[in-house]
Amino acid sequence: MKSKSNSNSIANIMLNTGFIVYSAICIIPLFVVLSISLSQEQSIFQTGYSIIPKALSLKAYEYILMGNSPILHAYLVTILVTILGTLLHLMISSMFAYTLSRNEVKYRNIVSFLVVFCLLFNGGLVPWYILLSKYLHMKDTFLVLIFPYLVSSVNVLIMRNFFKGIPDEIIESARIDGSGEFNSFVKLVVPLSTPVLATIALFVGVFYWNDWFTAAIFVENNKLYTLQFLLQSIMNNIAYLQGNALVEDVAANLPDESARMATCVLAVGPIIIAYPYLQRYFVKGLTLGAVKS
Amino acid sequence: MQGVKARRTIPVISELIRNKTFYLMMLPGLLFIIIMYYLPMIGIVIAFQQFNPFKGISGSEWIGFDNFKFLFQSDTILHVTFNTIVYNLVFLVTGIGLALIFAILINHIGNRLLAGAYKSILLLPYLLSWVVAEYLLFSFLSMDKGILNQLLHALGFDPIQWYSEPFYWRFILPAAYIWKNVGYFAVIFAAGIASISSEYYEAAELDGATKFQQAIRITIPMLTPITLTLVLLQAGKMFYGAFGDWGMFFNLPMESGVLYGATDVIDTYIYRSLKQMGDFGMSSAAGLYQSCVGFVLVLISNAIIRMYDRDSALF
Repeated sequence: MKSKSNSNSIANIMLNTGFIVYSAICIIPLFVVLSISLSQEQSIFQTGYSIIPKALSLKAYEYILMGNSPILHAYLVTILVTILGTLLHLMISSMFAYTLSRNEVKYRNIVSFLVVFCLLFNGGLVPWYILLSKYLHMKDTFLVLIFPYLVSSVNVLIMRNFFKGIPDEIIESARIDGSGEFNSFVKLVVPLSTPVLATIALFVGVFYWNDWFTAAIFVENNKLYTLQFLLQSIMNNIAYLQGNALVEDVAANLPDESARMATCVLAVGPIIIAYPYLQRYFVKGLTLGAVKS
Repeated sequence: MQGVKARRTIPVISELIRNKTFYLMMLPGLLFIIIMYYLPMIGIVIAFQQFNPFKGISGSEWIGFDNFKFLFQSDTILHVTFNTIVYNLVFLVTGIGLALIFAILINHIGNRLLAGAYKSILLLPYLLSWVVAEYLLFSFLSMDKGILNQLLHALGFDPIQWYSEPFYWRFILPAAYIWKNVGYFAVIFAAGIASISSEYYEAAELDGATKFQQAIRITIPMLTPITLTLVLLQAGKMFYGAFGDWGMFFNLPMESGVLYGATDVIDTYIYRSLKQMGDFGMSSAAGLYQSCVGFVLVLISNAIIRMYDRDSALF
């Protein structure tokens, strides 16, 4: 008996060591970027990047927050996109999903099929691009950053399955009390569905926050740059300049290394700060999405 | 409900009127999917046109299968197809396999607090964008300042030009995929494990089954439906770089042309022919090729899963 508990504890130590190492791999890259952003430019030049800053400096953050850098503007755009996008997505998708969950709606199965089919087949990037830019005239507008993602098939299906689980009697009794269908939805169904709505809100919010692609393809006006797209174009300019020594004046306008990394830290910051609160909902949401009911 | 009799002749209208609130609530979402998902399907015809952005779809000249001829004549489409499929297979097996192992191991950690902490840390990279990942990776791989080259230097090796050696990227990309996604799958599996009744394990323990045997005989079979669902969801996106999240292939190698051999997938190819070369015809031909192969892959994987376990199939 004793030897068994002994081998158990050894196994436990190995298990924990393994997970600690893997956890370190997940986190250390973030620390490196943070450390670079807090380093003095000089020390980066001399010794390269390091996990612990060799000479501390807050200059990079000063440069970003005080100067008229485009980062603050991008921050504002991204925050607006995230909030508006998430709210609109939730409103439109949840109303849509609710109607698909109600038995009274005769054509719900046809529409559900239309939703599922989107998961299986699509027109591809080019028709999508042409539709938005040529026919909907959304190129270089604020709206284009939000509009293309207002409904997602997967989210509609997840919400529909959740709404199906709400007992009919509740809605029935509201109807007898004279409540309209829309009213019952807002006053009864929405409060009962906060777990699923909060989870979808998180997923959608993180999506909007992290979206670089829409801006990359539709935005040329630098007033509409989102944070991720700004980050990407800073990095790409550097990659481009490294192969092109000729364009020195452009290079002079690029933020230096610590400022670049500080931009990255600022882009990640809100997610990391909110993470402990988000995480529980996230786990719930993953489970909701994965385990079919 | 007055006037039902008169309207019975046109059932669609009577249904729309009876449930008008519901249909009004449905309208924005329905319009959206029709506009954003179904209208672009008409745009597929661009693949058969010499598309001119100024003339639009109706004004452009028809050229039959010429775009496809050009597309399949080039070597690029072959290696891009190869990369897409091979990477996705690797991602599917390693991502889901590792996540399953992690979930089982986390379940064996006695200390709940620690197990919870590992789960949250593993999930963290999932929330970061590929652009941020590009910065994180760069801090390790930068030629002159990167941490890995400093390490190599300290150990007495020559520094490696990571951004110009395609060979390494065959490993860097799967590693990055696992880094970002394994926590996501692990959390899903962990939730599945939590829902398995503990009676099975107690019975197995009485029979003298080791932890390993319990994992093989109880946990993994009980997780089969979740695994199948995950595989099915991913298999549908098999022909899309990193299962649709192709920012990885685009951002991590920093568009380094030298690396295309190892990093180019069908999505980056389509994006580049559209954005950098402005070749609408070719890139929509490639897009149609992608959609069709993707569609067939969903049907096949669904059929296989149906044979194996009817309930886990999508349709």
